[in-house]
Amino acid sequence: MPEPVTPLDLAANPTGEAITLDARGLSYRALNEQLDAAVTAGATAARLVNVYGQRYIGTNLQRRVRIDIEGVPGNDLGAFMDGPEIHVHGDAQDGCGNTMNSGLLAIHGSAGDILGHSMRGGAVFVRDDVGYRVAIHMKAYEDVRPTVVIGGTAQHFLGEYMAGGVLLVLGRRLPPGAVHPARYVGTGMHGGVIYLRGRPNQAFLGKEVGLAPITDADRALLGDLLGQYNALFGLHVSADDEYTKLIPQSKRPYGQIYAY
Amino acid sequence: MAWAESENRYRDERVHDACGLFGFIDTAGHAHPGSIAVEALCSMRERGNGLGAGYAAYGIYPEQADHYCFHIMCQGRHARQELDEYLRRHFAVVHDEPIPTRETRGILDPPLLWRYFVVPLTAQMGGRSEADYVVHHVMRINTTLEGAFVVSSGKDMGIFKGVGHPDQIAEFYRIEEYEGYLWSAHNRFPTNTPGWWGGAHPFGLLDWSVVHNGEISSYGINRRYAEMHGYACTMRTDTEVFTYAVDLLMRRHELPAELAAAVFASPLWNELEHLPPKRKALLTALRQTYGSLLMNGPFTIIVARQGGMMGLGDRIRLRPLVAACQGSVLYVSSELASIHLVAPELEHSWMPEGGEPVIGRLGQAPRVPARILQEEPLHA
Repeated sequence: MPEPVTPLDLAANPTGEAITLDARGLSYRALNEQLDAAVTAGATAARLVNVYGQRYIGTNLQRRVRIDIEGVPGNDLGAFMDGPEIHVHGDAQDGCGNTMNSGLLAIHGSAGDILGHSMRGGAVFVRDDVGYRVAIHMKAYEDVRPTVVIGGTAQHFLGEYMAGGVLLVLGRRLPPGAVHPARYVGTGMHGGVIYLRGRPNQAFLGKEVGLAPITDADRALLGDLLGQYNALFGLHVSADDEYTKLIPQSKRPYGQIYAY
Repeated sequence: MAWAESENRYRDERVHDACGLFGFIDTAGHAHPGSIAVEALCSMRERGNGLGAGYAAYGIYPEQADHYCFHIMCQGRHARQELDEYLRRHFAVVHDEPIPTRETRGILDPPLLWRYFVVPLTAQMGGRSEADYVVHHVMRINTTLEGAFVVSSGKDMGIFKGVGHPDQIAEFYRIEEYEGYLWSAHNRFPTNTPGWWGGAHPFGLLDWSVVHNGEISSYGINRRYAEMHGYACTMRTDTEVFTYAVDLLMRRHELPAELAAAVFASPLWNELEHLPPKRKALLTALRQTYGSLLMNGPFTIIVARQGGMMGLGDRIRLRPLVAACQGSVLYVSSELASIHLVAPELEHSWMPEGGEPVIGRLGQAPRVPARILQEEPLHA
């Protein structure tokens, strides 16, 4: 089971200082440099306001620091991120958590395509919907397992080429037991696990995944992830609804193509 | 084209990334300054690399709205002289003038830029429609007059483009001085073709403009099909063939935008199998008829003409496209932040599926997909 990511308790860091940065008109480079300088000087929390499309926020901060973003952050939010906790109070764009290593990304809205691309650790929670190819090639190593939880629905090619980690899609606006709109879920998947609250579209399911029974261990994991999701966003999605578990049918689906 | 080759001093044919697109239409017809498109596009600076940017604007020449406006680029005075004589042989020139520009830091060796307001000479039309006559002469100019070509050729619209970053091209062409009800804009990161003035986007023919992010891997077959129907591909880029395909389908064959979208980004065969019978029959027939205009490979485009705009992504969405609306204005862009920047009171924003067109028409309030409007949470 992945280690639960507990939100930072700012009260426990009374020595740190919270700062506010106005990002209007700043290039992504200038914004990230100012943020880095503030954190190096001892800030444990930063509020970024008027963010419009600046990329790579959180990439260069290798420590536990809380960042609250107002506006729309640019692509590759938290790419290669190692430690910080980022809350986006609105929507985010493409590539959130790209190759992320550790920390927490919480999107209080919707996010775009390829969220969690090649993610290696840490957790991403999205309150609402996401775009195409979420968790593409997410991976795990021994007990380091990344987690992605989507509260709404995903568009197509969810979990494409997924190699490890846990991906949970709640479809909280769908009635219990409904079929998810995402097509080609798990195409090329060869590791990790995908849970859907409700059912996948069987006519367009990825060829490399199969359904597996939900075990007690799965229920425990779902309960834990829903507890975190509900606490983050103040919602009440139930772990007792119908869930579907998808796992790869082969660890090497393309072994016959590339190996002799 | 020799001009395209001589201008590729950057040796950039294999530099790879994505372009940035932005467009909006005020469906109530209110005019908006070009500075909106400029601000939105400049927020996506990283999507381009300074080798091309451009703007298309509609409703900008109301006093000359009955005349075709040719925006012209010429490589030197000799080319312009030849072009001037050519146009006066085949059109009545109502008015002509240089396109106003200002000296801009970083804009190197701009071509001579001129605009002509013209009327086709009826005596020479020989039974062709006005539009076909204009297309014929645009093709003739672009293929036979060395060092000259037509950037746009519609009524009450124009395209302004060149080699530079979006802010530089905007400053150079004084974009903020124009007001239009429809704008599309492009920030270029050339992939397989050179960065040169004519190769910047938007591409235009008649009042069509097309901006494009991605690459059309079916270019060969699309180009041959366009050439069979009288279009000459001279600008060394896949976006040009998209423009001609749009003209063929939507003007000459009179397909509505929804069906043209189904030709360019047809559902996969296995998805066609699952459609209701009538829809399946329609889309199968379109695919059988226009298979050669299926645009394969990653792309997002914004197509515009007088009265309408369409954003469209490839069928498995290998390039981004977001849509949003505020009041009577419909926006499409590569990135959501660019829309929020210029429209802080957005009512709805959404990510269209691959192959799902986003269409705005003058006189019709923006349409939001039903799935976005049904966002009342059932389990909150």
